[in-house]
Amino acid sequence: MTTVELHEHFDRTIAHDRRIEPRDWMPDGYRKTMIRQIAQHAHSEIIGMQPEGYWITRAPSLRRKAILLAKVQDEAGHGMYLYCAAETLGVDRADLTRRLIDGQQKYSSIFNYPSLTFADVGVIGWLVDGAAICNQVPLCRSSFGPYARAMIRICKEESFHQRQGYELLMTMMRGTRAQRAMVQDATNRWWWPSLMMFGPPDQDSPNTEQSMAWGIKRHTNDELRQRFVDMTVPQAEALGVALPDPDLHWNDEHGHYDFGEVDWAEFKRVIRGDGPCNAERVGNRRAAHESGAWVRAAAVAHAAKHTSTAASVDNQEVVHQSAQGGPHG
Amino acid sequence: MDTYDAYQAITDVAEDQRWAFGAGFDDPLSGVDTTIPDGVVGADLGAYCEMLGDDALLVSHRLQQWVAHAPELEEEAALANIALDLLGQARFLLARAGTVDGSGRTEDDYAFQRGAAQFRHVRLVELVDSDFGVAMARLLVFSTWRLAVLDRLRASRDPVLAAIADKGVKEVTYHREYAAQWVIRLGDGTELSHRRVQAGLDQIAPFVGELFTDSDVETRLAAVGVGVRPSETRAEFDAVLDTVLSAATLRCPAWSAPGGATRTAGDRDTLRRLLVELQSVARAHPGATW
Amino acid sequence: MGDTPEDWPLYEVFLRGKRGLNHVHVGSLHAADAQMALHHARDVYTRRNEGVSIWVVASGDITASSPDEKDPFFAPSGDKVYRHPTFYAIPDNVPHM
Repeated sequence: MTTVELHEHFDRTIAHDRRIEPRDWMPDGYRKTMIRQIAQHAHSEIIGMQPEGYWITRAPSLRRKAILLAKVQDEAGHGMYLYCAAETLGVDRADLTRRLIDGQQKYSSIFNYPSLTFADVGVIGWLVDGAAICNQVPLCRSSFGPYARAMIRICKEESFHQRQGYELLMTMMRGTRAQRAMVQDATNRWWWPSLMMFGPPDQDSPNTEQSMAWGIKRHTNDELRQRFVDMTVPQAEALGVALPDPDLHWNDEHGHYDFGEVDWAEFKRVIRGDGPCNAERVGNRRAAHESGAWVRAAAVAHAAKHTSTAASVDNQEVVHQSAQGGPHG
Repeated sequence: MDTYDAYQAITDVAEDQRWAFGAGFDDPLSGVDTTIPDGVVGADLGAYCEMLGDDALLVSHRLQQWVAHAPELEEEAALANIALDLLGQARFLLARAGTVDGSGRTEDDYAFQRGAAQFRHVRLVELVDSDFGVAMARLLVFSTWRLAVLDRLRASRDPVLAAIADKGVKEVTYHREYAAQWVIRLGDGTELSHRRVQAGLDQIAPFVGELFTDSDVETRLAAVGVGVRPSETRAEFDAVLDTVLSAATLRCPAWSAPGGATRTAGDRDTLRRLLVELQSVARAHPGATW
Repeated sequence: MGDTPEDWPLYEVFLRGKRGLNHVHVGSLHAADAQMALHHARDVYTRRNEGVSIWVVASGDITASSPDEKDPFFAPSGDKVYRHPTFYAIPDNVPHM
């Protein structure tokens, strides 16, 4: 088969809404775009562990501590599923990690904002996970099979996260004045960055057309942003928090909420690396990766020493034996 | 999943079993008979639950500090699992303490409102994990000891402790295996990893004697079939550590001798700093519900 | 796999749930050896649910065919060691998926 025929086959697969799988022929541009998109998504999950992870040891109740710890653990898992999906395209996770640390690959700019109070934990669950879900549900129909399947698993877990975040906020809003003020303050800080999660406006988004043609993207940035606003305004009303946008109002004619102009200059600054926490987030990831190198190297060295079946069986015996312990084991 | 309704997600109350116990709204001991067994002093049983609970709470705290700092993503998942297990055990135990010591305190009252002087843990669990070698050395020692205690506690005349121990044995068996595997990999890995895990073992050696020192409370409770004297777990501990350290090509340190004061909370720097991190937010909002 | 000596190779994970009839591919992870991969699979893919049978296989040990049979650029089916097989749809009987 010629390249032209393979390309036509690829195009027909997309046109019929079927999946492209790792061993299928695909245009270079598709492969590269897919790698970049999935890797960025994976990096976002891992970096996203930090703003919430900070509050685990500081959580004000043991139940909230358990919930938050499980949630952040899920995020590590999501990162892993996504790196797996990227690896099917012929890249290596360690290599992707190095590119993240070196600043060559990006992650969602939302995580470049600081989580200043415990209320941020709830608001991140409500708004950031809410926006992520809006972005991600359509990706469950992404043309690339491994990505679509990873997204299905992730979406299930993420909706649970959003629920937990919202429930924390409901509890706080029924609580002390200080708690209510904390929730309002966190909402004020996270609302606009959440809208920025959907990317630049459609007219400033040159890749959208190609991505939609390839089935990588199913809706435009503005469509998803509007959907998120329409969903979230009633949720804010139910909570009793105000959204920090004086231009926000229901437009009866269009059947949507009109909202104010996003500060795209700020968005560009934060994307470029000038956000409040960019250096800290990447720095933490670098520190973890670099300070863990000796541990990873030890595991590899150990495995190499025990590659023969006999040796590894001995090793398993030892651990199994010790796991049995003494007379009561 | 073509249409998605966020309201649906928020109002859907289906329980997700993946979550650590206690992500729901229930009181951890709801539905469980909480009567104190015959011949048992409530204050003793309460103190004992605090001891076991504080040990688990603080080790969990140290493991939580590894979140987003673990040496690999897969280890993030593993360490979080262990931290969640121990947090769950702490919650059950502290809740139990409140039902028997006459105070009616909740798990959160114990965790957030007690001062440093009122905690009842062994000093081993306070230690900072200066690196992964120290962390695994401490987790191995802690898990081996705790598993041996919980194993015997399954026969406790207090049905709540017995149930907690039963669940705990499955969990801590896994924790011990995880730590043992890592100690072996690090010990018999590279020269650097060997040095670091050996240093970790040497660093915790002075705190091991306390693990096998019977407190008055433990002695009294063991006599009435409710508690376990930790000194009885020493032989098992030694057997396991010797097996693992030998496979790891590591020298077994001279563990400190048992005897002397045990579980004496003190105004130590490490503990104060740990409690600031643990308690500040809760204490900044007295009476608040979260 | 990977450029530096401390990078861990890739393993594929297969699970059979308590009520399952066969092992199903659920994803992959990195580990230094098969024993570690097994433990990681429990932590990452099952949350340590009991009664789940786990298989791990080094990705490099998997030989795969091409579903389409339309790819002469790739090796003939069955010859090339395939780095990463396709994900399968998640069936209902694998717990917590």
